[in-house]
Amino acid sequence: MTDPQLALASDIAIWASLAVLALALISFSAHLAVTGAARERHDKVKAREKVRVGVGADGEQPADTVDDDRATGLTDSTTPTTAAVEPPTVSHPAEVTRRWGVIGLQLTWLATFGVVGGTILRGLSVQRWPLGNMYEFAIVAASFALIVFSTWSLKRDRLWLGPFVVLPVMAVLGAGKIWYTEASQLMPALDNTMWLSIHVTLATLSVALFIIGAALGVAFLLRDSAEKRSRIRGWLAGLPEGDKLETMTYGVHIFAFPLWTFTLITGAIWAEVAWGRYWGWDPKEIWTFIIWVVYAAYLHSRATSGWTKRHATYVALLGMLCIILNYTVVNLLITGLHSYSGVST
Amino acid sequence: MASTRTPERIEPSYPKDRTTLGGPRLGPAGWARWAWRQLTSMRTAIYLLLLLAAAAFPGSIFPQRSVDPVQVRTFFENNPDLGPWLDRVLLFDVFSSPWFASIYLLLMISLVGCIIPRMRQHWRSIRAQPPPAPQRLTRLPARADGTVATDGREALAAAREALKAKGYRLRDAEDGDLWVTGEKGYLKETGNLLFHLALLGVIVAFAAGNLFGWRGEIIIQEGQSWTATAGTFDTLNFSPLADEGDIPTFTVELNKLDVAFESQADGAQFGQPRRFDGLATVEVPGQEPEQQEFAVNHPISVAGDSIFLLGNGYAPIVTIRDPDGEVLYSDAVTFLPQDNNYASEGAIKVTARDPGLGLVGGFLPTLRIDPELGMTSSFPGLVDPVLALTAFEGNLFPDGRPQSVFNIDTDQMTQLTDEEGNPVAMLIRPGEYFELPDGTTVEFDGIIRWAGLLARHDPGRMPALGFAIATTVGLALMLGIKRRRIYVRIEPTTPTTGSVQAVVRVAGQPKGSDPGLQTIVDDVLLRITRITGDRTTTPETHHRDKDTV
Ligand code: HEM
Repeated sequence: MTDPQLALASDIAIWASLAVLALALISFSAHLAVTGAARERHDKVKAREKVRVGVGADGEQPADTVDDDRATGLTDSTTPTTAAVEPPTVSHPAEVTRRWGVIGLQLTWLATFGVVGGTILRGLSVQRWPLGNMYEFAIVAASFALIVFSTWSLKRDRLWLGPFVVLPVMAVLGAGKIWYTEASQLMPALDNTMWLSIHVTLATLSVALFIIGAALGVAFLLRDSAEKRSRIRGWLAGLPEGDKLETMTYGVHIFAFPLWTFTLITGAIWAEVAWGRYWGWDPKEIWTFIIWVVYAAYLHSRATSGWTKRHATYVALLGMLCIILNYTVVNLLITGLHSYSGVST
Repeated sequence: MASTRTPERIEPSYPKDRTTLGGPRLGPAGWARWAWRQLTSMRTAIYLLLLLAAAAFPGSIFPQRSVDPVQVRTFFENNPDLGPWLDRVLLFDVFSSPWFASIYLLLMISLVGCIIPRMRQHWRSIRAQPPPAPQRLTRLPARADGTVATDGREALAAAREALKAKGYRLRDAEDGDLWVTGEKGYLKETGNLLFHLALLGVIVAFAAGNLFGWRGEIIIQEGQSWTATAGTFDTLNFSPLADEGDIPTFTVELNKLDVAFESQADGAQFGQPRRFDGLATVEVPGQEPEQQEFAVNHPISVAGDSIFLLGNGYAPIVTIRDPDGEVLYSDAVTFLPQDNNYASEGAIKVTARDPGLGLVGGFLPTLRIDPELGMTSSFPGLVDPVLALTAFEGNLFPDGRPQSVFNIDTDQMTQLTDEEGNPVAMLIRPGEYFELPDGTTVEFDGIIRWAGLLARHDPGRMPALGFAIATTVGLALMLGIKRRRIYVRIEPTTPTTGSVQAVVRVAGQPKGSDPGLQTIVDDVLLRITRITGDRTTTPETHHRDKDTV
């Protein structure tokens, strides 16, 4: 009951999207490089102006400062840290082109349609929710990540985030291709449409969000260490301030964590219906639990005075490592009731 | 009070990191207090959580007795040196091991020790008034100032109205000062407490299931009827606090079992099971028998418990006659699948014959002769089913020892041979028969299926579900709601004689990170100016942060 033509169309759509994403990655990287360089130049000019104004005008405030608070902000801007805070002049210095970033975003949109379309075709070809094996899990997770990023970019300027999302999405799709599984139907234990759909949809959606969260976390760590050494060079200057990146990292995780909690609960309900026990410490269940506990530790460390934001972010990345291990090692090497990778061993 | 420092965030009045409270004091009481503070600190909670994750990890790489004892035995056979060592540190029983238990017990104690003071604190803060507005609002992270063309009292009334409309709880100045504090988001902390309490509930419910539950397995062939009592299960496990009296009486008849396998796709998917659908009649004493459909994910429900379909296989129907044609044996024999293609093993014990006759061997749903492996099955469905058996004669039950129904004990038996002295080996297809050297015939009449059923009683499962739902509600409140304070200070001014004006200063104080706070502060100011009549308004906002989530 599978349609090979639709399955083939799906494969082609995914391959093509992967190629488009590669181009998007290049454009986004170019965008970061260009804005980064421009901001660096801008900051240097600003710093020089500041010195001149400070000396020449003898304590008078620069014309563009409105109140004392802003002035304080400017005093700091000898370190480029505050560059990103000063909208709009600094965010887009006049001579800087956003063209690369916009091209990247357009390509990403194209890829989003491609991956989502490929996922839908896959679902049509097997006449079920396309969440039955590792490959399908990968393309659905990639779809979610792309949809979230693309729509987010419509609301706010997220061009700088592009490379951080596109690269992991490409990795996910690539991993999916490595463990490719022919379109086919499900084994009966997985064939309980309602709980399968809910449980695995939630799992993929939260994984997609965790991926974006981890990408932001990495961006924060890179930017933060540059800020600490006061050496914000090159493309790092194209990123927002470390503090903001960290807030966003947290913001994404507090969406993803409840979703993962739902994943855990619906998974338990499904296990109850399928195997007669809602929790049996099967390897897959253990890993769902491990991931949940690690992210709970992240949220705690985020809320604990005495833990730096950096250390909290390491915990979040540890959670991502667990997700990756869960997808690869646990699916492929450890057999349990959940052996549904679809990959023959 | 000119130099009061305004904290930038709403800090709980109890210290979050309780380790910082006082160092260890001498004396046992001091030490105990110190240890208790350590244990109930957030910092310890983080380490315990990470430790719990790390402790669960080996449970996923080593086979667990509670999950699959056969795999544990295989592991021991393959690693005779390593196995006993791992066993000594309970790596095959991770989730019932004392070291795992000690981590989650510490976590639970820490949780209780954390929740109780917090509950008391929250109860107080719900009934307490918000604090007075600080003298200088400029230190707060979100601010907006504006000027309205009314006098100070009217402006203050407008501020109260604006905050009330947005659901803030207000605190007014007692001595006629022109300020008001609004606070909102108490449900965040309520959600936090609900979440952590419900988490305890889930753990307790889970423990209850593991203390008072039972599970029994039974194989029923198509057409067979089975009545549940402690003695009739193939295997029956009681939790420490359950016993035979807990098993309800009911009868299950397996009417039909439909199974289908993938025969189209190739690769790893070929031969994968696609469908298990069964039909059973269930009878509980005092009630009408009821026919129920069931499937792998769709258990039979009986007396509040569920019966799950866990396995299935084939039962060839075999008739054995003595040389005179008298029926010695006629039954469907359960064969146990050994691989994904249902190559199955089983045994037939004919006690009606003297000496006893034992047939043992395999049932192959789709015969394939493999040059290396010999006879195997190449597909789990019935394409070319055969019975491949050898025969033994002698004492079937030496010393009356209990033995497996799927095998025979050949200690006191001899293998039958043909005239040339080769062991008798029969390969029979349905409808065919085989004649043993002495004239006894073995007839293969047909095949039915059997279902492996699991009856499970877990008193904790519904409470666990309830608590789990409560955790999600708590989580949504705790992560979705922001605790915020808004302060409004009014400074009346008289720019020219005759006109009245007031400067409205609005500031927001967050708890934790709160990127949306500035927008709210702006909105409060906008509302105040609107209420006062929208006349002179020059709101100046202090955008610290435009580009956040
Ligand atoms: C049993 C496992 C536990 C889990 C899964 C868990 C989970 C969570 C989560 C998800 C949060 C939300 C953090 C945020 O607002 O970003 C939280 C907050 C909190 N947890 Fe736990 N928790 C656990 C145990 C504990 C323990 C043992 C303690 C006490 C030591 C504790 C104390 C707290 C406190 C005080 C907060 C509030 C932090 C704040 O926002 O100020 N939790 N917990």
